[in-house]
Amino acid sequence: MALGYAVLLIISVSVLFGLLYWNTAVFVAEQTEETIEVEISGLAEHYQKAGLVGLSEVIQERSRGQRLSLYLLTDPNRRPLAGNLNSWPTASMPGDWIDFEYQRPIGSRIVEHRAHARHFVLPGGYNLLVGYDVQDQVRLERRMRGSMIWIGALALFLGLGGGLLMARHWLRRIDNVNKTAREIMDGDMSRRVELSGSDDELDRLARNLNAMLDRIEALMAGLRQVTDNIAHDLRSPLNRLRSRLEVTMMEDPDKGVYRTALVDTMREADELLKTFNALLLIGEAESGLDWSKLESVDLSTQTNDVAELYEPAAEDAGIKLRAEITPDILVRGNPNLISQAIVNLLDNALKYTPSGERVLISVGIDSAGDAYFEIADSGPGIPESEHENVLNRFVRLEGSRSTVGSGLGLSLVAAVAKLHQARLMLKDNKPGLAVRMSFPRLMSA
Amino acid sequence: MRILIVEDDTDAATYIAKALGEAGHVVDMAANGEDALEIASESHEVLIVDRMMPKLDGIQLVEQLRSDGVVTPVLFLSALGKVDDRVEGLRAGGDDYLVKPFAMAELIARVEALGRRKGTPEAQTKLVCGDLEMDLITRDVRRGDSKIDLQPREFKLLEYLMRNATRVVTRTMLLENVWGYHFDPQTNVIDVHISRLRGKIDKDFDKPLLETVRGAGYRLNAAD
Repeated sequence: MALGYAVLLIISVSVLFGLLYWNTAVFVAEQTEETIEVEISGLAEHYQKAGLVGLSEVIQERSRGQRLSLYLLTDPNRRPLAGNLNSWPTASMPGDWIDFEYQRPIGSRIVEHRAHARHFVLPGGYNLLVGYDVQDQVRLERRMRGSMIWIGALALFLGLGGGLLMARHWLRRIDNVNKTAREIMDGDMSRRVELSGSDDELDRLARNLNAMLDRIEALMAGLRQVTDNIAHDLRSPLNRLRSRLEVTMMEDPDKGVYRTALVDTMREADELLKTFNALLLIGEAESGLDWSKLESVDLSTQTNDVAELYEPAAEDAGIKLRAEITPDILVRGNPNLISQAIVNLLDNALKYTPSGERVLISVGIDSAGDAYFEIADSGPGIPESEHENVLNRFVRLEGSRSTVGSGLGLSLVAAVAKLHQARLMLKDNKPGLAVRMSFPRLMSA
Repeated sequence: MRILIVEDDTDAATYIAKALGEAGHVVDMAANGEDALEIASESHEVLIVDRMMPKLDGIQLVEQLRSDGVVTPVLFLSALGKVDDRVEGLRAGGDDYLVKPFAMAELIARVEALGRRKGTPEAQTKLVCGDLEMDLITRDVRRGDSKIDLQPREFKLLEYLMRNATRVVTRTMLLENVWGYHFDPQTNVIDVHISRLRGKIDKDFDKPLLETVRGAGYRLNAAD
């Protein structure tokens, strides 16, 4: 990772600097040629006005002193006539641009300089060379090349170093995630991955991990709640059962007494099993949240079947059970659990509705577009102020249950609602109670 | 009937064997799936198979038996009671599924219902029980000379009772097979349905056909 980062940095620095170098060199070279062109047009003017002699004089004039412009006028045999160059520097054709080295006196020393020049031929075969000392340009280019090596080295160093630092930074953050994972595996479920606050990919990963951990923790808490409840709901009746057996054995051996005790014990065991099964089912609904395993369920048919199952029992109890069911309403769910929730609610409603009253079971679509089933009785109802409490008791699997029936039954309803992402609502039926479960509606495919 | 119990919990198996023995059946026992493969024979009319066993488990055993061409009805016993587990058991080739713990009366009733199944062709179009007749195609039900009108669910209930005539049928079996529910409502709604059915098939006749078996369920008797 550090190496990759360094290579990338070096490549970008090289490209940047290469462009800069090339542009500068081209610009300076163009400037030089422009200067030479200006000189040439000046000299051409003199030649036209004053001929070869005039031109020669001007050249002699301009050649004095330390100017950077270079001139050489020769006869057709390239013997120098005027100018500040001693001899024709290199073979060339008329019109050529040429580059050459020449000896330039600087103070008392003679130094070799580079020059750029153009070759002209005048009428009569006279040759004219007009040029410019480009030693400064050469030096600039040389310096730029030198800098480039240094900058390259620096980029390599910074790239590697910076890359290493950055890699260490990321590795530290990943290690932070690992550390949290280890702590969680060691049993501290409350640990969460720290966020850096930068909202980058790693932060988002950490946030998702944390959300997942929250979910797992909630499921574990739910499971613990279920086991606690199982312990509570089973311990007391088991204790009762054991005490009965113990006390029976203390008494005088008598076949009749033994038989009664056994019958009672068996009945108690049956109740225990019922409780146990109910708790397991609640546990399944509470923690077995496998949304993908849920199927399309016809809520209308399910509800209708339950109503039909209970209709004779209701009639026997003197209660009028009426069903108002909108057909073909589909929800996503587990048909067995949904049926059981409806059964439990209906069971409860029939239990609390006095003879001669009515119970209405309905299925429909509410104003929000959700599918619902509702069971409304005209029994004693529950005061509005208590609705919240009752719902909480539904949800929290309140431990204080004296009879197996209602408490567990309603807890199961709450668990089923939770599993189906359904809302459970209590309403005053004036008189009586209406319990409604609304599901996200599933449009038929 | 001759019945094979495949169960690694030998205490539990012994109780079951005793209860079935009391009910007049002959019982063999195997403690695991591998033994069961050797012991199982044509003479067994029903296999009772525990789902979770060492070596070959119940599912594997039944799959093996079915692929060997053995068609003996299988009742699974299992401590796993989720709907998925039941489906898995039936898919493996089981014919019924009973979740532990269970009442012996329930087990016996189911075993006897399975043993019967063998002799009752599914393709039958007419069920007869004494002077009670049910035509499965025209959906006519008659007792003696009188025609009996039944609601669709009552028809289904009576059909199930007639298919299992002279055998005890439990409330749970009725809930499962007539209503398709795999749970027990708290109120005993089945009793009310039975008494309604009774009102239609027994009320105006001298000899009642539908009998309540205390502590177990119901039985439709062929009046003789």
